[in-house]
Amino acid sequence: MLQRTQLELWVGIFMALGILALVMLAFRVGNLSTADVVDGYKIEAHFDNIGSLKVKSPVTMAGVRIGRVSQIGFDDKNYQAVVTLNVDGRYKTIPKDTGASILTAGLLGEQYVGLDPGGSDQYLKAGDKITMTQSALVLEKLIGQFIFGKAGEPEPNKKP
Amino acid sequence: MNALQNLGRTVLTAVERIGRASLFFYEVLTGSWYLVRRFYLVVQQVYAVGVLTLLIILVSGLFVGMVLGLQGYNTLARFGAAESLGLLVALSLVRELGPVVTALLFAGRAGSALTAEIGLMKATEQLAGMEMMAVNPIDRVIAPRLLAGVIAMPLLAALFSAIGVLGGHIVGVGLLGVDSGAYWSQMQNNVDFYDDIFNGVIKSFVFGIVVSWIAVFEGYDAVPTSEGVSRATNRTVVFSSLAVLGLDFIMTALMFK
Repeated sequence: MLQRTQLELWVGIFMALGILALVMLAFRVGNLSTADVVDGYKIEAHFDNIGSLKVKSPVTMAGVRIGRVSQIGFDDKNYQAVVTLNVDGRYKTIPKDTGASILTAGLLGEQYVGLDPGGSDQYLKAGDKITMTQSALVLEKLIGQFIFGKAGEPEPNKKP
Repeated sequence: MNALQNLGRTVLTAVERIGRASLFFYEVLTGSWYLVRRFYLVVQQVYAVGVLTLLIILVSGLFVGMVLGLQGYNTLARFGAAESLGLLVALSLVRELGPVVTALLFAGRAGSALTAEIGLMKATEQLAGMEMMAVNPIDRVIAPRLLAGVIAMPLLAALFSAIGVLGGHIVGVGLLGVDSGAYWSQMQNNVDFYDDIFNGVIKSFVFGIVVSWIAVFEGYDAVPTSEGVSRATNRTVVFSSLAVLGLDFIMTALMFK
């Protein structure tokens, strides 16, 4: 049998390693370090096509993540997708005429919602709607346009 | 007629054993108060079941992670999604392989040792000797071992998952050329703390209770002969492995919808 002090030392090392592993799992592997949206408020945005946007996809402005997609629904009157954005409560000064577009990280990466700030001095509040939206880029449509030589022309029904 | 009688006897024995095991578990739980003032007994057992199991857990975790890296890369590269390797490795380890493989290894390494130790204590009448000295062997011998198993298992499973993720990183980033940033960021964006990691810890906690319980019960219930102890050890490994796999399916079905 080991000496008491040595045994206690080993058990101490074991416990410390185990807790360290848990912490590593939580912060390095899991999403605890990128502390999620803090007391966020919800904004709605209607899109013609959301591509493969999913719940929990990031919402960014200027490339910085300021929230997450909290819900995706379907509006059966206008045949549009209703995306609810949960924006971090720290960012309360987002102009009312902000535009939302669905972008893709990298060529085939995951899709996210990018917000482009407008110039209004009124700010978005919980429950507000973003009116200027731009749909996801659907690769098949793009290829179709390219084949028929329209890729350079602006598509109708889109934000200028 | 004889076959029916055998069947009946088997069922009755099984039910009787389950009943005895439950009563035993209750007795151990109530006996745990004894440990509040003698915590060193638990520390000793954490050394026996935790520290001594550490090496095999670390080595298997590393290799399981490395194999996941290799296999996952081959499959994902076929769909052009090799950057998701980190996600695949982390999710499989944290949700399933970490808790389950750790519990199976724990049953083989520590569970069998617990059963053999307690069974031999019984066979050599050490437990009876303790009772003669008015020391309750359940408080003194069984409770610290069960508690140590419950403490050690989640930590071992966390170590297994953590080192497996690093093993996947070694193979994926070091050998196969997946981007290191993509490996970690895909993982962080998609592994949820509560849904994935916390549920994995709950799983390993339950496995810790079940495996240690089966191990100490089989030892305590063993026929006090060399053959009886060998059978009890055998049963510990078989029953706890089956229990772990069965419970894992049920918990996965409940947790990850």
